[in-house]
Amino acid sequence: MTVAILVEALTVEFGRFRAIDDLSLAIDYGEVRAVIGPNGAGKTTLLDVISGVSRAKTGRILFDEKLELTRASEAQIARSGVRRKFQKPSVFEALTVRDNVEIGLGGAIDAVARERVDKTLETVGLAAEAGRLAGELAHGQKQWLEIAMVVVSEPKVLMLDEPVAGLTDEETERTSALIRALKSPERAVIVVEHDMDFVETVADRVTVLHEGRTLFEGSMARARADARVVDVYLGR
Amino acid sequence: MTDKAHILSRAFEDRIFVGVAAAVALAAVVVALFPGLSGYRVNIAGQLACFALLALSLDLIWGYAGILSLGHGLFFAIGGYVIGMHLLEHAVATTGVTPDIVQFMGWKALPDWWGPLESFPVALVAALGVSFAVAFVFGWVSFRSRVGGVYFAIITQALVYVAMLLMFRNDTGFGGNNGMTGFQTIFGAPFQTPGVAKGLAATSLLVLFAALVACRLLMIGRFGRLLVATRDDETRLRSLGYETLRLKLGVWCLSAVLAAIAGLLYVPQVGIINPRVLSPELSLEIAVWCAIGGRGRLAGAVIGAVLVNAIKFSLSATMPELWPFVLAGLVILVALIFPNGLLDIGRWRPTWISRPDVLQPGDAKP
Repeated sequence: MTVAILVEALTVEFGRFRAIDDLSLAIDYGEVRAVIGPNGAGKTTLLDVISGVSRAKTGRILFDEKLELTRASEAQIARSGVRRKFQKPSVFEALTVRDNVEIGLGGAIDAVARERVDKTLETVGLAAEAGRLAGELAHGQKQWLEIAMVVVSEPKVLMLDEPVAGLTDEETERTSALIRALKSPERAVIVVEHDMDFVETVADRVTVLHEGRTLFEGSMARARADARVVDVYLGR
Repeated sequence: MTDKAHILSRAFEDRIFVGVAAAVALAAVVVALFPGLSGYRVNIAGQLACFALLALSLDLIWGYAGILSLGHGLFFAIGGYVIGMHLLEHAVATTGVTPDIVQFMGWKALPDWWGPLESFPVALVAALGVSFAVAFVFGWVSFRSRVGGVYFAIITQALVYVAMLLMFRNDTGFGGNNGMTGFQTIFGAPFQTPGVAKGLAATSLLVLFAALVACRLLMIGRFGRLLVATRDDETRLRSLGYETLRLKLGVWCLSAVLAAIAGLLYVPQVGIINPRVLSPELSLEIAVWCAIGGRGRLAGAVIGAVLVNAIKFSLSATMPELWPFVLAGLVILVALIFPNGLLDIGRWRPTWISRPDVLQPGDAKP
């Protein structure tokens, strides 16, 4: 199994605040990895650095064992196959649902592309809303639309930042089924989430971050049993 | 807004666009062929077309890409000054009369380097090229450093102000505060020839029509949708693999070139170009035209520019002192009732009856 994302001795600072502190971790193809931890642990910052939104102070991130992400632009990173869904649903509100997904796919929109867009809309359950403006969608639908926008390009690394925040139980269940369906041997999925039950249903392994460092890595069941994790995050 | 209302309002906007484009084409035909129009009216129609083109250029960058420029007068002035230089050279070449600028600048003749501008194609290429180059350099530096929003607006405003101060100096070499005037001939014909005013006005209207259609095609296509996506969420677009710098720079340069064309058409019709077109007031007013008509729909910019300037023209003939109050009132009225401009009339419901977009107490959450 090859490593999809290899983080080596990564340090990220905002002014004097050290958001990520000498962090190393490896995420394999074929796995769904959850990154959890208390607020300010550096979860979103980690995704920001992988996707090129924030810059690392030191250390490096290798994608597919060749591309050094800390030096690439956001667009280059995305085009190489590393895509990300943001914490706040980020869709293009003045465009239709279909336009949004087509932009996610990129390139010329021919018959093949159109079919792929249709299929993706079907997968996330938005086929009936294709002609509506994205701004008119309900919160849960926006979350799915954003997932569709990143999934349609068939990324090799898929990062999901709080995909079930603000969703109802039923919507959460649908999202977790969706994520399990997106799991593939050619893809690594990274999920940042606070909903532990959700994490348990989707994640193969979890990484618990605390103050910018790895506190624990392993299965969710073992994380729940780990005294340090319970102390800083899960609570008794 | 429900699905149906949305489709209705889109259809309404399509109809407005077709109506505006048709009106512009009709105006071109009337101006060119109808003999009974007074020279004054023909001239006003031509000037309005130039202002509409200028507003259209701002709508591309502001309405679609969400980048407000408060310095578009700069590009308008580039077009105006270049055509001014062309007309002065042309006057010397066709009539042999030394223009006033030579005298008040203390020159012996027009500067040698203006010479090639006597050819209209050279002047046209120069106007488009210079406006493109200025926009490219300024846009590249700004967008690369991710300067946007209000900061970009302020910097563009400063830019046009600096340009104005520069052009007010005689030493800059473009006529200083007097600018350029005393144009005698255009394409060999004296300006007093009856057909000239008509030709200029009809050309302006035709160019406006062509620009409307071309911009429309561009904006309903992939480029336009990507611009709207940039406006809505630039970070999102970048993280989907798009170089938004290229998109923004592209529309910025296109917008600048269109503004320069507007200036190019405007100056022969008013017979003068001076640094006052570089005053921040004009650049601010362009944004006001767009805001009043409605941003991001092309037709809105044309409606806003024509409406505001038509009122301005009619008032400045009768009660010039009233104009600032009327303009201010119009802005307040539009801001209160149609925050997205007059084109919102299509989806307007009296706000004091019900606000479907505002949750009332007891409403279910959407």
